[in-house]
Amino acid sequence: MMTSGMFWTWFLPGIWVTIQVTIYSAALAAAVAFIVGPLRTSRFWIVRFLAGTYFEIFRGTSALVLMFWMFFALPLFGWQLVPMWAGVSALGLTYGAYGSEIVRGALAAVDPAQREAGIALSFTRFQRLRRIELPQAWPEMIPPFNNLLIELLKGTALVSVITVADMTFAGNLVRLGSNESAPIYTLLLVLYFVIAFVLTRGMRVVERHAKANIGQAPEKQPGFLSRKLSARGESAQAGTQSAGGIG
Amino acid sequence: MNSWDWSNVDTFMPRFWDGLLVTLQALVLGTLIAFSLGLVWAIAQRSENTWIRWPVTAVTEFIRNTPLLVQLFFLFYVLPEWGPAMSPLTTGIIGLGLHYSTYTAEVYRAGINGVPIGQWEAATALNLPKTRTWTAVILPQAIRRVVPALGNYVVSMLKDSPMIAVIGAFEMLGEAQAYSNETFTTEAITIVGVAFICIAYPASLLIRVLERRLVQ
Repeated sequence: MMTSGMFWTWFLPGIWVTIQVTIYSAALAAAVAFIVGPLRTSRFWIVRFLAGTYFEIFRGTSALVLMFWMFFALPLFGWQLVPMWAGVSALGLTYGAYGSEIVRGALAAVDPAQREAGIALSFTRFQRLRRIELPQAWPEMIPPFNNLLIELLKGTALVSVITVADMTFAGNLVRLGSNESAPIYTLLLVLYFVIAFVLTRGMRVVERHAKANIGQAPEKQPGFLSRKLSARGESAQAGTQSAGGIG
Repeated sequence: MNSWDWSNVDTFMPRFWDGLLVTLQALVLGTLIAFSLGLVWAIAQRSENTWIRWPVTAVTEFIRNTPLLVQLFFLFYVLPEWGPAMSPLTTGIIGLGLHYSTYTAEVYRAGINGVPIGQWEAATALNLPKTRTWTAVILPQAIRRVVPALGNYVVSMLKDSPMIAVIGAFEMLGEAQAYSNETFTTEAITIVGVAFICIAYPASLLIRVLERRLVQ
């Protein structure tokens, strides 16, 4: 079986590192998504173009390659990032690009009459966004954000490759130390699944609150993990994955 | 850009093409597995038999919610304890295909659910056998409208393919990493990063065209 010393000194702290990386990169991704998403609906073509370019570049690269590049190539340009921050920035910037598409799509789905009412009441653009459009778009964003959060959680395993001691890294150490690979990798997979399950449940609570806030009843969702998508949801998600050009 | 050296680019290029070939090979074979296995999962999830439906749903949900990287480690280090040892590339292809089959299963499921109920009833009314209902009535209509969504997952798979470098397959990232370690340079990794954008962006434009032509 596993050497218990390895397990306590590496694996348990590794779980905490995985959770930290998930939280930090989710926060960065959310910030990027809520900045870039509205910018992609700007009335100035140059702003739309720049935000669109950001989206296309970060959606086109592989998160792992970006992470390697930040870890190995950036130091030559003068910035040395701590491994964990290289991982967090790569994940946050990549998933933030996906998130910006969700924000853009949800804003576009708000009834145009709402925007017009805001104009009629002479709200400024920013007030309209903050007081009228975002609150109504927010419940629509939560299910796709949930999917993205799970993808992000799965993505955090990549940081082990650039020597961040997360739970995958610790799992590899335990394998090397004990020559037993089956128990540790099974445990790892189960742990990721449990974290994903907890996140999904949490997001469903958030969704119920968000819908209640704008006076909608929550939909009943099937499936024991409830990450299954409806036909509409699948095509919407397909849209956020990679189709779509600049602008 | 104080340290960009074009001579490194020249020496790396032959190895880059080797890596690209391996990446594309992994992508094509992985896609074949993902598309066919995904269809099997999707049909099994609609089975009337609980003993088929429930385990298949549980397994696909598990695979879909755990990281591909850890699955690759599992396939590469744990599986040889029970079965034959596979090369890193074969393991990588199976891992990619299996992981993405759980996504394509959802896509097929959405497509099948999108076929109007009248089509099923018409097949029953015509007394078509089960296989013929699937192959001649339901699947042609279901697959047509999910082709763009499937294409999106091929692009996703392309972006996840560098992970197989971690278990020792020499695709683009593996070649770049090996070259960088030998020469202490970083041009190779930059080239690979740009190469991904150069493949993924036109691919997503192509999917957009498909979307416009097939879905309506």
